[in-house]
Amino acid sequence: MSNKERETELLRFTTAGSVDDGKSTLIGRLLYDSKSIFQDQYDQIEAISERRGEEGVNLALLTDGLKAEREQGITIDVAYRYFSTPKRKFIIADTPGHIQYTRNMVTGASTANVALLLVDARKGVSEQTKRHAIIASLLKIPHVVVCINKMDLVDYEEEAYNKIRSDFKDFATKLDVTDVSFIPLSALKGDNVVDRSQNMDWYNGTTLMYYLESVHISSDHNFIDCRFPVQYVIRPYSDEYHDFRGYAGRIDGGVFKIGDTVVALPSGFSTTIKAIHSFDGELAEAHPPQSVTFTLNDEIDISRGDMLVRPNNQPDSSQNIEVMLCWFDHNRPLKLKGKYSLKHTTREVRCLVQEIKYKLDINTLHRIQDNFSIESNDIARVSIRTTKPLFVDKYSKNRNTGSIILVDEQTNNTVAAGMII
Amino acid sequence: MNYSLSHLKELESESIFILREVAAQFENSVILFSGGKDSILMTYLAVKAFYPAKVPFQLLHVDTGHNFQETLDYRDNLVKEYGLKLKVGYVQDAIDNGYVKEESGINASRNGLQIYTLLDELEKGKYDAALGGGRRDEEKARAKERFFSHRDEFGQWDPKNQRPELWNIFNGRKQHGEHFRVFPISNWTELDVWQYLAQEKVPLPSLYFAHERPVIERDGILLAHSPFIPLKDSEKVFQEMVRCRTIGDVTCTGVWKSNAKTIDEIIQEVATSRMTERGGRSDDKRSETSMEDRKKEGYF
Repeated sequence: MSNKERETELLRFTTAGSVDDGKSTLIGRLLYDSKSIFQDQYDQIEAISERRGEEGVNLALLTDGLKAEREQGITIDVAYRYFSTPKRKFIIADTPGHIQYTRNMVTGASTANVALLLVDARKGVSEQTKRHAIIASLLKIPHVVVCINKMDLVDYEEEAYNKIRSDFKDFATKLDVTDVSFIPLSALKGDNVVDRSQNMDWYNGTTLMYYLESVHISSDHNFIDCRFPVQYVIRPYSDEYHDFRGYAGRIDGGVFKIGDTVVALPSGFSTTIKAIHSFDGELAEAHPPQSVTFTLNDEIDISRGDMLVRPNNQPDSSQNIEVMLCWFDHNRPLKLKGKYSLKHTTREVRCLVQEIKYKLDINTLHRIQDNFSIESNDIARVSIRTTKPLFVDKYSKNRNTGSIILVDEQTNNTVAAGMII
Repeated sequence: MNYSLSHLKELESESIFILREVAAQFENSVILFSGGKDSILMTYLAVKAFYPAKVPFQLLHVDTGHNFQETLDYRDNLVKEYGLKLKVGYVQDAIDNGYVKEESGINASRNGLQIYTLLDELEKGKYDAALGGGRRDEEKARAKERFFSHRDEFGQWDPKNQRPELWNIFNGRKQHGEHFRVFPISNWTELDVWQYLAQEKVPLPSLYFAHERPVIERDGILLAHSPFIPLKDSEKVFQEMVRCRTIGDVTCTGVWKSNAKTIDEIIQEVATSRMTERGGRSDDKRSETSMEDRKKEGYF
């Protein structure tokens, strides 16, 4: 592989805000200026916009693909958009501003490296901005960019930018966000999106595109704590690989090397790594987020849902977990003492919701302790007891080994997502 | 020390994870193989995911009878090379038995008729997961697809009621009789697919490379001249240097003027193209939401 290809990393980001904040215009601008909107797509949405008598080309039609969305002029679901520059490939999880808001943003945020929070320069930090920031913080999105949009409507004045910046910083002291940047821009006019603005001499920072192309994301994975959830056991049963027993999975943390001593959970037996296999040949080491296959030097009983870790660095093995739970099901609220199926890495167990500690007001971060009715889009702190032990890390330490989903055993729907505290 | 992956390696790893998850969560899965580059990529990734064991899924090809011969030759070679098992479902059988009615007229296509044969084969084979090479970047309805996409007992898709997918946890639980469509290469773009196939030196059907062939022009789209496409009086057959950007049924796969004879030339062409690859698919042009409509009925 040439060096040039090697340097092209993948960056996933999520955009939060409503049409009123100019979110669609911003996405449209990023796609348009990076030449990722195709002529036939553009012609199609131009024709539809004209037919509907809309002023200009409605770039929201690019992301609102479903019939119901177009009919109602709303976004129902997370839409994924793709673009690339010579430096990086980008995946945008574009989340709607109104309907099922929390559910969709949580979904989009779960895999994002960066969150873009849009703020209207005229309106300043709003309830909605705070709500977005709280979710970005709960989901531990590593990098947050506050995009102060519509600077053209406040005459590109530095005061508007400074006010929003300091208001947001005051509020963010309550949150767990470490890397926050502020970029004044105009998505409509193109200031500081891809090209540097000629209208804001007072701003010395980067453009949004430069930020997205250069923000350091290779440390977003955990390279310290070795975690390998066994996903599938590979047994070829062929003459050539008669005794081959490979443990396939994706590395969720740390760097595994040939010869490393590993402990299999829950059995507790230890052995050493014999080889790290891939179709392209054996590897000397493996790290997140690689999918690999290990063979081990001793035959021990290991199956899907087990986890390989290092002896001196093990996750918590427990049947009791505390989570911040985001409830998704709009038909049935969370049942206290209810039983659900729980999925954590490749492990599936049954669980009981033991206690609801409090409900979180996601506009203010206040803990609500006199109303434990947890309905769709609510976030609550709960304790859960599982039938079998889980091997967990705190979500703040590892997003993959620190997260769970709950599945309703009657409907089979995914009804909640949880971050382990 | 640098532990970052290239975007292609990261996409590969994600797809392999999905493929293994299918093998672990479902009992009887099948790869929907169309002969196009996306299903070729998916099959190749499946070979990688289970190496050195064989791919634990069958291949299913829904044959409309209106094929490019190159596609069938390529398919049979691939099956032999990787020791795969192939099942073919024939749209012709459904027509002969009177389950579906052939479209008539100048733009007649069997594209829509495939849905019947597909659902019928899935039911007969008792498959609980069908893997498709759909990508979110190719079409606006597909942009809202999940990796694990739940289908009811009629094989229908309900886009407004999809299961949220978070982190890398995938929920494949279902009632008896229901099945899943799974899209392991959801996050790949057309350019990613080409760059990866070039990097991995995967052989491809000759249709993807520029070649001279007799074509006709209809509604601004070039179509390969074939006995399956009746001509209007005003239409003339002429020779052109063309290649396919997608491969499907002959009747609805547009061909593009191109001189790209190598994979590197194709990458150049794709990187600078101003038209989407499905811009030449007449099946998508029937209405603004024709993909969504077909998907709801059970199409891929």
